[in-house]
Amino acid sequence: MGRAMGLAGLLLGLFLVPAVLVSTSLRHGAPRSESESAPAPGPAEWEPASGAVPEDSLWPLPQWLRTSRRQLQLAPGRFQLVHGAGSSAGPACGLLQDAFRRYYEYMFGQSRRRKRGRRPVGARAEPELSQLQVVIESRDPGCQSYPHLASSEAYHLTVTEPVAILKADEVWGALRGLETFSQLVHEDDYGSFLVNETEIDDFPRFAHRGILLDTSRHYLPLKSILTNLDAMAFNKFNVLHWHIVDDQSFPYQSIYFPELSDKGAYSYNHIYTPTDVHLVIEYARLRGIRVVPEFDTPGHTQSWGKGQKDLLTPCYNGEQPSGSFGPVNPILNTTYDFMTKFFKEISSVFPDAYIHLGGDEVNFDCWKSNPEVKEFMKQQGFGIDYAKLESYYIQKILDIVSSYNKGYIVWQEVFDNKAQLKPDTVVQVWMENNYAHELSSVTGAGFTAILAAPWYLDYISYGQDWKKYYSIEPLDFPGSEKQKKLLIGGEACLWGEFVDATNLTPRLWPRASAVGERLWSSRNVTNLQDAYKRLTNHRCRMLRRGVAAEPVFVGYCPHEARGQ
Amino acid sequence: MAAAGRALRLLPLLAAAAVVLEPAAAVWPQPQVEGYPPGRGRCSLPPRRFRFAYAAGSAVGPGCAVLEAAFQRYWALLFAAARPTENEPPWGMPCTQLLVFVATPGCDGFPSLDSKESYKLSVLEGSLLLSADAVWGALRGLETFSQLVGRDENGTYYINKTEIVDFPRFPHRGLLLDTSRHYLPLRAILETLDVMAYNKFNVFHWHIVDDPSFPYESLTFPELSKQGAFNAMTHVYTASDVQTVIEYARLRGIRVIAEFDTPGHTLSWGPGAPGLLTPCYLGKDPSGTYGPINPILNSTYQFVTSLFQEVSAVFPDFFLHLGGDEVDFTCWKSNPKIRVFMKEMGFGEDYKKLESFYIQRLLDIVSSLGKGYIVWQEVFDNGVKVRPDTIIHVWKENSIPYMEEMANVTKAGYRALLSAPWYLNRISYGQDWMAAYQVEPLKFEGSPEQKDRVIGGEACMWGEYVDVTNLAPRLWPRAGAVAERLWSNATVRDLQDAYVRLADFRCKLLGRGVQAQPLYIGYCENEFGGF
Repeated sequence: MGRAMGLAGLLLGLFLVPAVLVSTSLRHGAPRSESESAPAPGPAEWEPASGAVPEDSLWPLPQWLRTSRRQLQLAPGRFQLVHGAGSSAGPACGLLQDAFRRYYEYMFGQSRRRKRGRRPVGARAEPELSQLQVVIESRDPGCQSYPHLASSEAYHLTVTEPVAILKADEVWGALRGLETFSQLVHEDDYGSFLVNETEIDDFPRFAHRGILLDTSRHYLPLKSILTNLDAMAFNKFNVLHWHIVDDQSFPYQSIYFPELSDKGAYSYNHIYTPTDVHLVIEYARLRGIRVVPEFDTPGHTQSWGKGQKDLLTPCYNGEQPSGSFGPVNPILNTTYDFMTKFFKEISSVFPDAYIHLGGDEVNFDCWKSNPEVKEFMKQQGFGIDYAKLESYYIQKILDIVSSYNKGYIVWQEVFDNKAQLKPDTVVQVWMENNYAHELSSVTGAGFTAILAAPWYLDYISYGQDWKKYYSIEPLDFPGSEKQKKLLIGGEACLWGEFVDATNLTPRLWPRASAVGERLWSSRNVTNLQDAYKRLTNHRCRMLRRGVAAEPVFVGYCPHEARGQ
Repeated sequence: MAAAGRALRLLPLLAAAAVVLEPAAAVWPQPQVEGYPPGRGRCSLPPRRFRFAYAAGSAVGPGCAVLEAAFQRYWALLFAAARPTENEPPWGMPCTQLLVFVATPGCDGFPSLDSKESYKLSVLEGSLLLSADAVWGALRGLETFSQLVGRDENGTYYINKTEIVDFPRFPHRGLLLDTSRHYLPLRAILETLDVMAYNKFNVFHWHIVDDPSFPYESLTFPELSKQGAFNAMTHVYTASDVQTVIEYARLRGIRVIAEFDTPGHTLSWGPGAPGLLTPCYLGKDPSGTYGPINPILNSTYQFVTSLFQEVSAVFPDFFLHLGGDEVDFTCWKSNPKIRVFMKEMGFGEDYKKLESFYIQRLLDIVSSLGKGYIVWQEVFDNGVKVRPDTIIHVWKENSIPYMEEMANVTKAGYRALLSAPWYLNRISYGQDWMAAYQVEPLKFEGSPEQKDRVIGGEACMWGEYVDVTNLAPRLWPRAGAVAERLWSNATVRDLQDAYVRLADFRCKLLGRGVQAQPLYIGYCENEFGGF
């Protein structure tokens, strides 16, 4: 930030705006105040959401930004996104070629269809911006690779006449920069496309910025998942945490164990075939998004039992099996044979370095009822501490998954129950009660942490709850600098009890955008009024791009959603 | 630990029902009387041969627009998924036609508060008969019929034998949409009307204008939407849009009651009607902002007369909704001319009297146009003298318990509409349809005459946080809970039974292309957006 302040006086005709001060430096008119309790809010609250100043719609806000009043014009018929001189990527980089086409569509797609009223370029005074040149600086641009936790997403964007230049170490940063560039381009009242001369230096605050979707409690059609990946890219999210199976249904079609979905899916239609899964992974990759699958065990596995005999623990009623089943049976060798084979498949199907292994909410009642489990407890010297049995199981699963060279993420209980964890285990904190303390413990023990607790977006309430999510400061927990570094990010979770394809998109967006900015932007980007304005514009842009994001508050967008 | 578990097993009693259900049996809202004739059985419906037809002696017949359109609609709803080469059913006596008998003529009119919606549907060996007093009842019966038709594993359409006698518990079963806080495209309104008909709602309360925007294109005062709409070209309802809505609703037996709320909630009127709103003052000077309609000028009443003349002609329903809620007195108090007027009128400091003065004149104007009116409860609370046939709309949840308000309103001899517990825009986590469902509109202290004055209720979907992106899933199937409460017998209130039927109904809605959200965990044979 200091850099921006120091340069301020030197630049003629340029505003120099540290990102956090954008709101004060460039506001035209009073910032919109907003209240949800007042029955008759003032008229200033429903101003049209058409940002005349480009910074009014940037989301998430870049780390450092300088912008000028000087505008350049883009002619859709001539403007090009190209590989710049010295870039290690070229036309053979399919990932960037796809991104160029995609962002061209986002910027100009709507308007090419209605040319009426367009004045020829040249009728305006503004000079023309003819290209955006993208330069990948590292020797290997990574066009064929998958994004990972350590990928560089930083980029530097300079928009000046006659060409704009986007520099990034890796393609992942270029993707983020393309999104930002597309957010800078706006259409004026005459249908001209304009961009202000701008310089942006940007990078994420946290490396892991995820969205959790639950495809077990309700099945989500592929189309919903892909649309969500689009929206994630608009918000610079980079992890799809795919909670793919759970108690209620098993839609993942396994190659080794097809019975799991044959018996465990809601129906023959409610499944994800290997092709579907690959499609999701590739669609995500092209947007710089990792796909981390979750196969939660030993609890949350009722649906596994239907297609895999003897996997679940038979519960007892006194001396007799009751006919119902509990968590995965941890005392049988066959269980681990199955898991070894199953996770071998998962490790090869999902290219990400991490697999989410769940481990939450294990109910001990069934284990306690089962005489063989009780006997096993005695043999192992676990006494009546079933958390030890749980840890015993988890331990073995972790070893299996490690043997496939995968890292793993687990829900916090696994840590709480003191399972022996490899030092590179990632612990996901989800329990809302005192999560700061939990972050403190997890990082204090030297483990990497991801925060989800305050961001359970399935818990809806009336009004602008995005503010609540926005106002969370993830590093607000007691701990050393070293501990703070161990918090690598967070996730917005949309559990599926009440969510399916009918309401997924409007329920998730733009509420998850609040989390997106918290995880990307600088810590001091916290002004709610400024965020309200940008978020409102950002939401309208999502609509324009085909994402049915719900309104933030009273008002309208120039292009309303067409409905479904 | 008190942490909410993320799996949060809500209502375990319902867990077993969270699966797909055998279709065909359930009807939503539940009919009043359903009997099963002896010798149960079903008859198959061959799509290619199946027809709706008029029974002998029916007072309406071929050419009845309302029914012809309904026949077409329901045939498509029932059999659109049938392949044209569908084989004849392999079993039983097929039912090839539903005979419709309507006792009283009338196909071209509009439904009204007094319309008869009762019907009788009998499905017997090889014969299907739907009889009703009026076409409006026939429409309700067709909906019921369509919900009774199922499809077996071989794809054969069938209906179980049954005899249904059905009629609404309350004559006014409404749904409010707010097109001012967010604009709703015409298509969203029409789709809502479709789903209303599936739920046997019969009143579309169109809260068409309010503070944020004025999308109604007035013929008399075109400047109102030119200046007051979010966008005068795109975010407006043209005269033909309004006609489309009214006719589309009529064909589904739905009344359209327009609300032009005054004197508050009118900020968007100001730019297009100079002099209409009260200028607010800061000390001695006008502050540049405006308050409610200015009640002290003759020009105000001239304007109101002309506008309501137009509105009365455009909207055929006998009733207009005149609003009258949430009038903020601060601006009136700040205005010196108003203070002088208060003194002249002897109102003292009681601005409610000024409000009443305005409402009174407004009611007179609307009465003189031959219309009845509905007003929000404040008009009653503030002691405005209203005609005895005024309908008071109870919406406040907390100021006094709404059931007490219902008792007061009906005791004073007015008819009442209940909305207070049915503000569906107020969302919360979980199965909040249950709270809406458990409301009993007549559960207040009062005489039978008082109870008779409760003509129904409305589910309200205010628009602060709602536009076309989330309208349908937020509304359906939650509004279905209100629909059943207002249609079905008071004794129909078993939550588990309702859960099973509503979950099934929601799957039917998906099958009909409605973006209705899930009640809870589970799935439907047809998912929204396909697979």
